[in-house]
Amino acid sequence: MDRIPILKMGPYLLVTIQVDMHDELALTLQDDLTNRITATRAKGVLIDISSLDVVDSFIGRMIANISAMARVLDARTVVVGMLPSVAITLVELGLHLDGVLTALNVEKGMALLQRA
Amino acid sequence: MNAKAVNPLFGVLQTQDDSLLDAWMKAQTGSMASRKDLIKESELREQSRKFLAALRAAAEKGGSTDIYGAAWDEARDFLKSISASRAQQGFTPTETAMFVFSLKEPVFEQLRKDVGDNAKSLASELWQATTLFDRLGLYTTEAYQQSRNDVIGRQQSELLELSTPVVQLWDGILALPLVGTLDSSRTQVVMESLLQRIVDTGSEIAIIDITGVPTVDTLVAQHLMKTIAATRLMGADCIISGIRPQIAQTIVHLGVDLGEVTTKATLADALATALKRLQKTATSSAT
Repeated sequence: MDRIPILKMGPYLLVTIQVDMHDELALTLQDDLTNRITATRAKGVLIDISSLDVVDSFIGRMIANISAMARVLDARTVVVGMLPSVAITLVELGLHLDGVLTALNVEKGMALLQRA
Repeated sequence: MNAKAVNPLFGVLQTQDDSLLDAWMKAQTGSMASRKDLIKESELREQSRKFLAALRAAAEKGGSTDIYGAAWDEARDFLKSISASRAQQGFTPTETAMFVFSLKEPVFEQLRKDVGDNAKSLASELWQATTLFDRLGLYTTEAYQQSRNDVIGRQQSELLELSTPVVQLWDGILALPLVGTLDSSRTQVVMESLLQRIVDTGSEIAIIDITGVPTVDTLVAQHLMKTIAATRLMGADCIISGIRPQIAQTIVHLGVDLGEVTTKATLADALATALKRLQKTATSSAT
């Protein structure tokens, strides 16, 4: 079964989504990520979605949920590299992802995590 | 037995000579079809001659008054091009249609001469002729309208393109001066071009200047909020500037909640704030 790799970089976790996100994959990621945060006591999570060009309301909510779960485990989540079309879709779906930090690219996202 | 005896109307169109053209030119100059300030008489005469030739060709190809048939292709194309050029030259629809309708009188005159005293057949010929010219005239008007619609459509899309420029004010700061009323389709274009520019330039701050937006109602405010939400999702910040006193009052009266969006009265203030924020980011990431 496919899994999305979670990389550890110092006190941060790095997740790059490079395949089409389907529902099961998202649920697996949610499981894996919460486990890794607890295991590594990570301070922040960076999710790069620059290759993700299709989202639906479920995936949108998953991103918000993952961020909220990480927050409970005392890690900040930054979502980086969202494509314009994806941003427009999420807004039209009414998902504003309040409470999720965003940045234009991985570099800026890292800087944001270090500041937070 | 020649065609003339079979069908006097098509006979007239086939055997026409300069006398029909002369009579038509006279009818045109007498009516509204000729605008001496817009079209030269020689040009009008040339167009009239071409149209008569097209009519002759159509009459020779077959005795049908169905102007959408293959026999009338040439005549239809010609009327279309004339309508388009007249629409551009500034003719009114009436003046354009009169180009065809003014041909009725000389043709009727000729029919009267050809058919003569037979009242019954004259009446039926006149009916056939009048139906034919009415159809041609209506076709002309339709083509005129169509070419006007094309112009309007083109202008609309150009206006849409022109009215949403995204400019780079500083390294990392974009500005979007909005001019004119925001409706759904324009918001879509604005949003897409702004987001695309954010990706292209890697800008962290976008200033939306609404000095040129005449009124802000709940719908416009909602469109603005959507744009701002999408910008935030991409990882950039939005500042709204150029809010006139009247608009500030309207926003509050309508109960529009702008949330945590930074708003500034002028573009200058917004730029100052944006620069301050950029500096802050730069120094804190350096340390």
